[in-house]
Amino acid sequence: MSVLRFRCQHRYPGGFRLDVEFDVNHRFTVLFGPSGSGKTSVLNMIAGFLHPQRGTIHLENRTLLDTSLGVSLPPEKRRVGVVFQDSLLFPHLTVEGNLRYGQRRRDKRGRRLDFSRAVDVLEVGPLLRRFPRNLSGGERQRVALGRALLSGPELLLMDEPLASLDVPLRDRVLAYLERAVAEWNIPTLFVTHAQAEVRRAAEWVVLLQEGRLTGAGTPDEALSLAPHR
Amino acid sequence: MELPSALLTPTEWIALRLSLQVALCSALVSLPFAIFAGYLLARFQFLGKWLVEVLIDLPLVLPPVVSGYLLLVSFGPHGPIGSILSGWLGIKIVFTWLGAAMASAVVSFPLMVRAIRLAFQGVDPRFEMAARGLGAGRLRAFFTVALPLARRGLVAGFMLAFARSLGEFGATIMVAGNIEGRTRTIPLAIYTLTNQPDGMGGAWRLVGLSILLACAALVASEWLERRHSPDVRA
Repeated sequence: MSVLRFRCQHRYPGGFRLDVEFDVNHRFTVLFGPSGSGKTSVLNMIAGFLHPQRGTIHLENRTLLDTSLGVSLPPEKRRVGVVFQDSLLFPHLTVEGNLRYGQRRRDKRGRRLDFSRAVDVLEVGPLLRRFPRNLSGGERQRVALGRALLSGPELLLMDEPLASLDVPLRDRVLAYLERAVAEWNIPTLFVTHAQAEVRRAAEWVVLLQEGRLTGAGTPDEALSLAPHR
Repeated sequence: MELPSALLTPTEWIALRLSLQVALCSALVSLPFAIFAGYLLARFQFLGKWLVEVLIDLPLVLPPVVSGYLLLVSFGPHGPIGSILSGWLGIKIVFTWLGAAMASAVVSFPLMVRAIRLAFQGVDPRFEMAARGLGAGRLRAFFTVALPLARRGLVAGFMLAFARSLGEFGATIMVAGNIEGRTRTIPLAIYTLTNQPDGMGGAWRLVGLSILLACAALVASEWLERRHSPDVRA
């Protein structure tokens, strides 16, 4: 059975139409496509931040959304962890406060991650008392990843989390992400338009263009299909 | 307690205490309503929003005497609200310090809402989205993320309303009258003293005190705002 089954249609007021169906069966799936192809919209629909006009979203054996039945779980009930491109760490809380925020509000039926272990794996121990404004871009994304993981998600969504970092730093943060995914075996859907990230991390790639699915496969298969190589 | 009569007369001390009591009460009671209104106007689009905005801002442009008159008619013993309050609950509003506080609250409310609305508009709504993604409900996300991030605006709005209440005259005299020791706040005391042949000395003392209080409110507001100033942009 798939981890995630996504079938949604949505038309934006400006005319852009999103009509996408795909399943997530792998531990690390990349949603790949150019800017404006609808990748972030898909993520927002899964997280519950955007409500599609029609469709269904199933995570494991739970229905997150079924528009025909009028079912739409609010974001806080979906057990989906999100890492945003600009981290969105709460500026009024320390790193520890940010990490504990998700952990305290964790759904009791969700996964339980050990705080100290998460701090060790992501090597954020020395940062715990700092505020986000005193962190580098790479440190912020590591903390954002830790915060999302500690909320006990069944699926981790990452919206171009490396886009604002320079290339050497991307590799380092990606290494932390790979360690975390391997440590807790959390299925991850990773949005990017960078081929290097696809080649490095993806087990499976879903191609998106102009709001439509244009292919899916292993990284080599998918990148050979991508028109914007 | 013995008050230093070299600075102010006992009557003037009472006017000062009453002014602080009225201003503090009016700002404190207004605060939760202003937070609700400010957040609503900053975050949501809804039918009739313009009407809500007009109603909130109306006391800002209406002569305070007109606001006071409307309050007097509504909350007077024979008014639609006043008759219920006095008949059922035994609460009398007009010609009491509560009436003065209510008049101040109505007149200063738009200023408080404006500052708080601006503060919420300056907080990236995606922080609340992130909080909800981490398991916080809408209300919890508001109290743990939006409200702390908007606190500078809350402080500014509170102090602005407090300072405006200290100077309130027109609506207060309509609703609460000018009763020495009960509703005579500093502005009313200055007005009364200037109408007395030997009152200029006392009037000058209270004018000086008003300036001092206004400066203290502004300095306190600035200090509180600077104490914690999180970067509320993503």
